[in-house]
Amino acid sequence: MTEPKDDLRPPAVTPAATEEGEAALPVSVVEERISVATQWQLMWWRFKKHKLAMASSVIVILFYLVVVFADFLAYSDPLASEAQRSLLPPQRIQWLDNGRFDPFVYGLSGRRDPVTFKRVYTPDPEKKLRIRFFAPGFKYHFLGVIPTDRHLVGVADAAAEETLFLLGTDEQGRDLWSRLMYGTRTSLTIGLAGVSLSLFLGVLLGGISGLYGGLIDTVIQRVIEILRSIPTIPLWMGLAAALPNDWNIMQVYFAITIIISLIGWTELARVVRGRFLALREEDFVMAAELAGCGQMRIIFTHLVPSFLSHIIAATTLAIPAMIISETSLSFLGLGLRPPAMSWGVLLQQAQNIQALAISPWLLLPSIPVIIIILAFNFMGDGLRDAADPYGH
Amino acid sequence: MLAYLVRRAFLAVLTMWAVSVLSFVVIQLPPGDYITSYIAHMSASGSFVSMQEAEALREQYGLNRPLYIQYLRWMQMVFRGNFGMSLEYGRPVSEVIGDRLWLTMVVSVAAIIFTWFVALPIGIYSAVRQYSIGDYIATFVGFIGLAVPSFMLALILMYLGFTLFNANIGGLFSDEFAEAAWSLGKLWDLTQHLPLPAIILGLAGTAQLIRIMRANLLDELGKPYVVTARARGLSESRLIVKYPVRVALNPFASTIGYLLPYVVSGSIIVSLVLSLPTVGPLLLKALIAQDMFLAGTIVLLLGIMTVIGTFLSDLLLIWVDPRIRFEGKR
Repeated sequence: MTEPKDDLRPPAVTPAATEEGEAALPVSVVEERISVATQWQLMWWRFKKHKLAMASSVIVILFYLVVVFADFLAYSDPLASEAQRSLLPPQRIQWLDNGRFDPFVYGLSGRRDPVTFKRVYTPDPEKKLRIRFFAPGFKYHFLGVIPTDRHLVGVADAAAEETLFLLGTDEQGRDLWSRLMYGTRTSLTIGLAGVSLSLFLGVLLGGISGLYGGLIDTVIQRVIEILRSIPTIPLWMGLAAALPNDWNIMQVYFAITIIISLIGWTELARVVRGRFLALREEDFVMAAELAGCGQMRIIFTHLVPSFLSHIIAATTLAIPAMIISETSLSFLGLGLRPPAMSWGVLLQQAQNIQALAISPWLLLPSIPVIIIILAFNFMGDGLRDAADPYGH
Repeated sequence: MLAYLVRRAFLAVLTMWAVSVLSFVVIQLPPGDYITSYIAHMSASGSFVSMQEAEALREQYGLNRPLYIQYLRWMQMVFRGNFGMSLEYGRPVSEVIGDRLWLTMVVSVAAIIFTWFVALPIGIYSAVRQYSIGDYIATFVGFIGLAVPSFMLALILMYLGFTLFNANIGGLFSDEFAEAAWSLGKLWDLTQHLPLPAIILGLAGTAQLIRIMRANLLDELGKPYVVTARARGLSESRLIVKYPVRVALNPFASTIGYLLPYVVSGSIIVSLVLSLPTVGPLLLKALIAQDMFLAGTIVLLLGIMTVIGTFLSDLLLIWVDPRIRFEGKR
């Protein structure tokens, strides 16, 4: 299948301009443009029509920007604990001071309620703490290489750890916003790492299954069916509980990634096998065979490009399941363990209904979980529709 | 039909075997063996176990034999209904698990029944009134159901119940029935507590099933036989229920196969949040305390129950789908 190259397209018409000008153009021009567009261009045009998928893609990109810039967006050291500021409620930012834009927060003084023994914090209207952008804070390496201490926000003339609590603090008095930033980094990378591993297993086993057929296909299909009919969480829990206690954060991180992807590959394998079976019968494969192409060449230059888009869509749809798995395991206390931070680890503090009733903000980390899962689902749906530009 | 039945039964047995091996792996994975944990447990409570005693125990349990022999011995025990001793509780595992396994299944089955009863009418409605406001609402709620992990939904509902109604909405029984023996009163109490966990567990599956039902029915609605039936003057409601819905219904039975493992999985973690007396909290405690016989048995039994449930759904599929029933008769 030889696809027309980009430069065959009339140079005056750019994809961006076509979207608006579609109705104005004569039908023949539109048709001609479609008939010479590459597969990826057709997909992009189709994907763009799916507004929800476009918006979701933007959200996904924003989340991954948080992953990259987590330490810049955090303003407090996520591990700095202090019993004196435990379970502080989220602070209100006062955006205007005397009608001018000059954001500040009130200083807080905490004391213990003599009746309930709960710590109560009262804002002190005299103490205005100015919020500054690009303020100095704890030291870190920007993008992992450049040593710096600048953060997006900070407090003038005070340590952010002691004064700024945009989403409140947890039981150990650690700032929830900063922990959420780092948790996002962990949870979203574990989703990607897990999906890559699943993808590898899925493409390998699904490919073998679809390509060779026969006994190998039957065996792999039965294995997939068996794996799909076993309740996964008890199994994961069993495997995760066996991880040695003295492993460090990185070791546990990789072990959990492997555990969740060991079961997640089945769906991807199914998609790959299905595509292989469908495409094996196509004329262009026969043509390639007759032209004397080797097996590997047929797979990698003829088959894979034509279903790559389907794999990308299936992969996108598999990521949310990975994220939920990690969050569930960590929430149970069997996944990542403190001091590691992930959405599940943060939510663990909300497990207790009494704690939740007193400090509902501990439930806040569930919001990004829900948003990103929705976004990945919509984006995957859009990609799946777009992956088949000749359909409908 | 017979070929289909034999194939499914064979696969079910194979799956049970796989589950038993995986459960054995779970038991074997932690460092040390049962006796090491036993000694650690005994010395923690102040008793002392001598080396000779430990060796004798190892001999008795066959722990110095190769792994496959240990597996076979464990299987032998399981077939006799002996699941070993729980270290944590010092009682036989079967006694510790008790009613909890059945309650897990009751909750899971209730969730699936909820899924069906909600997904069927909404799916039909969404397809027949495609792009209506109701369709959009169903799609939206469906997406929320898919996106919110069940344990998170449980947490949020617990919080709302606590703040709005000042009531603890968890549990499966009222206090007075929690420890009581089974009676009609207790059963009634259970049915009153069941809907909430069933809804929480069933929502994600419901969302999926609505989408499947809608898509299938939309495919069927355009087919010529529907047009024919309409042309012959059949009333719209009878027409839809009698023909296209029956065809579109097929995936309902076949989805239990993956819905059940999914719901059972979910029930483990939701039970923890809602403090339901199912095997979920027990499994977590056993795993943390490395009470491996208890943990392994729970994983094994959950797996086997799920496989049996899936097999039953296959039988249901035969009943629903004539194409399978008459396969090979032509």
